[in-house]
Amino acid sequence: MNTSKTDTGGWQARQRKNTVRLRYWTSAWVLSLAFAAFGPKLLWDFNTGLTILGVVINLAVGFGMIVANKQYVQGLDEMHRKIFLDAGALSLGIGLVCGLGYELLEDIKLIAFQPEISHLIILMCLTFLAGLIMGHRKYQ
Amino acid sequence: MKNRLKVLRAERDWTQARLAAELDVSRQTVNAIEKGKFDPSLPLAFKAARLFGMAIEDIFQDEEGP
Repeated sequence: MNTSKTDTGGWQARQRKNTVRLRYWTSAWVLSLAFAAFGPKLLWDFNTGLTILGVVINLAVGFGMIVANKQYVQGLDEMHRKIFLDAGALSLGIGLVCGLGYELLEDIKLIAFQPEISHLIILMCLTFLAGLIMGHRKYQ
Repeated sequence: MKNRLKVLRAERDWTQARLAAELDVSRQTVNAIEKGKFDPSLPLAFKAARLFGMAIEDIFQDEEGP
């Protein structure tokens, strides 16, 4: 049985392909989000049909990004998948606890401003990034 | 879990990248397994055993023992 994959670079080639695909889908999703967010005001003066179209496109491209992300994770080898999963668990846990705590602060009048969902997204992204870095350092 | 991957690799004069390609994992994963920082799954351990033509227990040993 010929098991050599040195020349074809099986794992690396697959990983590169999945990363490029995820990058395209993520870029497309960011663009579609900007299109749906700024289009109504800047491009079509809140035309309802075009606004709905913008939102539908954003959701469709977002679904494509989710599928690309799933394929990316499935393409990882088992150690990298574990690092990804651990970082995801950390991000989800901190996002849930801090997100609800943040919302509570406004409800109980400890802060005067309305909590923004973007703050939670930033926190979860930073936590996920920190989790990935910690995971890679752990197995170095 | 202890393992003899590094020795077996050295006997064949293989690099970590070569072994990683043979096992279809990343070089970092091979490095982590060799250093005992990451325990491979059973399918990956069987794959390594098949690759070196040995029994799994001849490559991987439980550090705690019976």
